Amino acid sequence: MSEGLGASLPIDAPRAEDRVRSVVTEGRAVRWVLTSLAIVFLALFLVLPLFTVFAQALARGWGAYLAAFREPDALSAIRLTLTVAAIAVPFNLVFGVAAAWAIAKFEFAGKSLLITLIDLPFSVSPVVSGMIYVLIFGSQGLFGAFFIEHGIQIIFAVPGIVLATIFVTFPFVARELIPLMQEQGTTDEEAALTLGASGFHAFLTVTLPNIRWGLLYSVLLCNARAMGEFGAVSVVSGHIRGLTNTLPLHVEILYNEYNFVAAFAVASLLAGLALVTLLVKSILEWRYAGDLAAGARH
Amino acid sequence: MRAGELLGLLGPSGSGKTTLLRIIAGLDFPDRGRILFGGDDATGLPVQQRAVGFVFQHYALFKHMSVADNIAYGLNARKRADRPAKAEIRRRVGDLLDLIKLSGFADRYPSQLSGGQRQRIALARALAVEPRVLLLDEPFGALDAQVRKDLRRWLREIHDRTGQTTIFVTHDQDEALELSDRVAVLDRGRLEQVGTPDEVQDNPASATVLRFLGDAIELEAIAEGGRVLVDGKPTPVAAPRGAVGPVKLFVRPWQLQFADPAESHLGGTVRASHRSQGRQRIEVAPADGRHLVVEDFDGERYAAGQPVGLRINGGYVFA
Repeated sequence: MSEGLGASLPIDAPRAEDRVRSVVTEGRAVRWVLTSLAIVFLALFLVLPLFTVFAQALARGWGAYLAAFREPDALSAIRLTLTVAAIAVPFNLVFGVAAAWAIAKFEFAGKSLLITLIDLPFSVSPVVSGMIYVLIFGSQGLFGAFFIEHGIQIIFAVPGIVLATIFVTFPFVARELIPLMQEQGTTDEEAALTLGASGFHAFLTVTLPNIRWGLLYSVLLCNARAMGEFGAVSVVSGHIRGLTNTLPLHVEILYNEYNFVAAFAVASLLAGLALVTLLVKSILEWRYAGDLAAGARH
Repeated sequence: MRAGELLGLLGPSGSGKTTLLRIIAGLDFPDRGRILFGGDDATGLPVQQRAVGFVFQHYALFKHMSVADNIAYGLNARKRADRPAKAEIRRRVGDLLDLIKLSGFADRYPSQLSGGQRQRIALARALAVEPRVLLLDEPFGALDAQVRKDLRRWLREIHDRTGQTTIFVTHDQDEALELSDRVAVLDRGRLEQVGTPDEVQDNPASATVLRFLGDAIELEAIAEGGRVLVDGKPTPVAAPRGAVGPVKLFVRPWQLQFADPAESHLGGTVRASHRSQGRQRIEVAPADGRHLVVEDFDGERYAAGQPVGLRINGGYVFA
């Protein structure tokens, strides 16, 4: 019996070729088809448009390309975009950390409502987000009369653009931090408190360092969106050249005027921002994967 | 709780051990009752002012800080007026690292340490603030058996050297009985008994305490004339004062002895036996279909199916 069993083994043993291959891997042909499909799709929908942006921008040489940025309207659009991001991102940073802190570390009534509300800007169309502010602060709006009386212009001015941008980029920081902070739990903070630290000291020395990479990551994404937002800003901006045009709006105006080189040149700036964001994001993900996914990893 | 003692809080999971520890630390709040520290009412004190050292089950070391910064955290967190000078803090950290025998580790990070080393760092961090009471939540729960044994002995040494008043939580009877000056047995939020390891083992206050401290067989018995009778034969167990009629007798595996049928209280056939560390445990199946375990020295082996008689040499009866 035992002899027979030993002799019969090689028949059932896997062939050398199969042994190398993992059981979850597909055959060669299937792998080829799937990989090619993915590459073709990426090339067609991502690489080609990106290439077109830079090709069109440089269609008439570097001189025409750089001229697009020397125009006063373009400079003012860049300045406005930077200003809006410089206000919206810190605001959402503070709000996002506060909301994530409250949601992840405490139990209170209305918590699930707050979580739902934080998600709202992601689920609402940006046009609607813009409309909200027109309905509230516009001349026919709810508080419009009050602000006009006091000489404060919100709609078709910088404050409206900032408000719309803050609304649209609302969820980025909170959304990234809530799961991270929930995963980390409250033990580290409790340890700090039993050692005599005040709540604020514990927040600065324990909570913040624990979430720093997730925070940087989310600020990066928040910033990219704040600079690139079109829909909501378009509704509240009024498209006043040199005054209320952000970079995306400036691109649209140039394009509608058949000024393709300038339009794509400015667009290449936004595309460049996207690429840099992507690069830094990838580096963060690669370097601090553990801290981003599960901060509590030992 | 006495000053300078090492008290073990023992109980099954869900018995409220950790909750009690957290209430003492000020991390949770009691519905009723008060927390007294040496006669001072600490119930209303916030956690920062309780001056407790808490060692968490999973250590909760600060990952982004070096070992030295972890230990110094409590000192650095003090208000400027109470904060020791930098050199003084460095000296204290060095002393504590010597105490926990990790002197060369000051600049390492928690992720570079083993579980047992992290546990010791967590202890040093809690001791650094000179707490009135040191609280340890399942201090050895996350460690493997060998490290656990070493750390247990080490913790006892540290305690003997520092005289630090300490409470630790465990669900491991051996750990509690070996380490504690006194053991407090909790069950479903109730304190069942407090006593030295000898007291709780010799005179368990209730059947719950008895069952939790080790295996026991439950037998129907009769109390008569101050003695407990099983199967009509007297046992060495004294009946509780005033008890007459049916009682429950609890017998430990080592309180049963193989004997002639004439002297036996119980009988049955051997089902199996296992040897371990110089002892053997013999499973005996009496006629009524129950399952008894007898503990004996690793001498004569008993074959399965062999009929045996058992004599009761001791036991516990609760009024």
